[in-house]
Amino acid sequence: MIRDITLGQYYPVDSVLHRMDPRTKLFGTMVFIISLFLADSLWAYVLATAFLVFCIRMSKVPFSFMVRGLKAIVFLLLISVSFNLFLTDGEELFRLGFLKITREGLRIACFMGLRLIYLVIGSSIMTLTTTPNQLTDGLEKSLGVLKVVHVPVHEISMMMSIALRFIPILVEETDKIMKAQMARGADFESGNLIQKAKSMVPLLVPLFISAFRRATDLAMAMEARCYRGGEGRTKMKPLKYERRDRMAYLFYGVYMAGIIGMKVAL
Amino acid sequence: MNIVKASKLIYDYIRRDEEENIEEVDRAIDNLDIEIEKGSFVAVLGHNGSGKSTFAKQINGILTPTEGTVWVSGMNTADEDSIWEIRKKAGMVFQNPDNQIIGNVVEEDVGFGPENIGIPTEEIWKRVDDSLKAVGMTAYRHKSPNKLSGGQKQRVAIAGVMAMRPECIVLDEPTAMLDPNGRKEVIRTVRELNKQEGITVLLITHYMEEVIQADRVIVMDDGKLVMDGTPREIFSKVDQLKAYRLDVPQVTELAYELRKAGVDLPEGILSQQEFLDNLMPILRKQEKSNGN
Repeated sequence: MIRDITLGQYYPVDSVLHRMDPRTKLFGTMVFIISLFLADSLWAYVLATAFLVFCIRMSKVPFSFMVRGLKAIVFLLLISVSFNLFLTDGEELFRLGFLKITREGLRIACFMGLRLIYLVIGSSIMTLTTTPNQLTDGLEKSLGVLKVVHVPVHEISMMMSIALRFIPILVEETDKIMKAQMARGADFESGNLIQKAKSMVPLLVPLFISAFRRATDLAMAMEARCYRGGEGRTKMKPLKYERRDRMAYLFYGVYMAGIIGMKVAL
Repeated sequence: MNIVKASKLIYDYIRRDEEENIEEVDRAIDNLDIEIEKGSFVAVLGHNGSGKSTFAKQINGILTPTEGTVWVSGMNTADEDSIWEIRKKAGMVFQNPDNQIIGNVVEEDVGFGPENIGIPTEEIWKRVDDSLKAVGMTAYRHKSPNKLSGGQKQRVAIAGVMAMRPECIVLDEPTAMLDPNGRKEVIRTVRELNKQEGITVLLITHYMEEVIQADRVIVMDDGKLVMDGTPREIFSKVDQLKAYRLDVPQVTELAYELRKAGVDLPEGILSQQEFLDNLMPILRKQEKSNGN
């Protein structure tokens, strides 16, 4: 179950999106997220859906792969949708005891659900088509201006890249520790929330210890390979904008104009 | 010419309490003198806690001597100005394959070292191509390291070191976490690099089977160098090895026991083939005398 998180898992196929500059994709994801918060009409969501479907098709990543990422937010999704559904005042459509569904509630809940789903799928498209290293390269370069005010941009991006690399490893390790503890009679499933939280302790302690050990090892391996910060470092894959990136920016522009236009007009 | 030279090397692990007072001193390396010739394949054997890994870390400058000196291709590891030059010259491969791969794609990981030392982009690509080819991992270059087997991961780690064009590779128990197939794979790769590219290899291990390939075997015990010679010389001293809590390869032990029991076998037999070649004539002779 823990393995289902797709965020941070690169899906290696060759597509236009895969070859695109990470800065373009980062910017695109941001544009998409902003557009989701601006969208408040059916037509705006139709446009956002079209944009998303287009991106999914371009990425050549199987759709089922992206949906898998949603499992992680099912709980959050249920809570936010049902809160909005039952607790919004307005024209009543349906009533069951103290629960009532209103027209406004239905509308907001639908949009809320879609927004969350699109958020996750939208950012999965980016992480599935961009290797984390490219992603952090993109961040490092886009945020390069902050170096002037002494923000350690390179260090932050290196940390992110390493964190991303270790997510699957630590997930696998969590699985392993869980099974080992279960074989010794640990119970992660039953009990109330507090008991469940307590039963996580024998899982988290070994996990933290192993994470620290890995960190020490990795730091040593990096130093052994002459890593000494961003100074004087060259790039194996330097970032360069191509024609497709310019096309993408144009595309974002049109899309954003559409969303804003709808917000103003409708 | 020597690529690595250690003289009167002492290294202490010092444990301190909160007030920086010395609590415990653990001498990991005790007065070690050693010279390693360029282009050779040297295996360092030793039981757990014999100081072999500590010695490996001295060569790369990860640890610096408490007393004595280590020179790597003429540079003193205690000299902070030359530390990066030293790390370029002497690459290091560690035990856990997961904890030394930085890149999220094989080729990006191999390029990590050259990026750090400021190699221009085109040259990085060339080096990555060459190194992946040298370890036979070109087919996996776009794969995620998480999807590789342990042996393959170690080969990627070796390629990552090779991309820095080192003169010497130190492998600190690179096979300890691998299955027998992965182990063979890694050792074969290392041996080929040594033969074809002329890279000096220092293999730290406690698997005897891996040592047979080496030109020279060094046995360490309790921080001291206790045996030094060719694999044949070392393995002919089975009793001494056992005293250092080391095992000999099965076939060597069998030959040794047979020899003790009076069978006329030469000392220090290393491979099954060699064992058979020596044993068969003896058996035939016996058969003949029995027949008469």
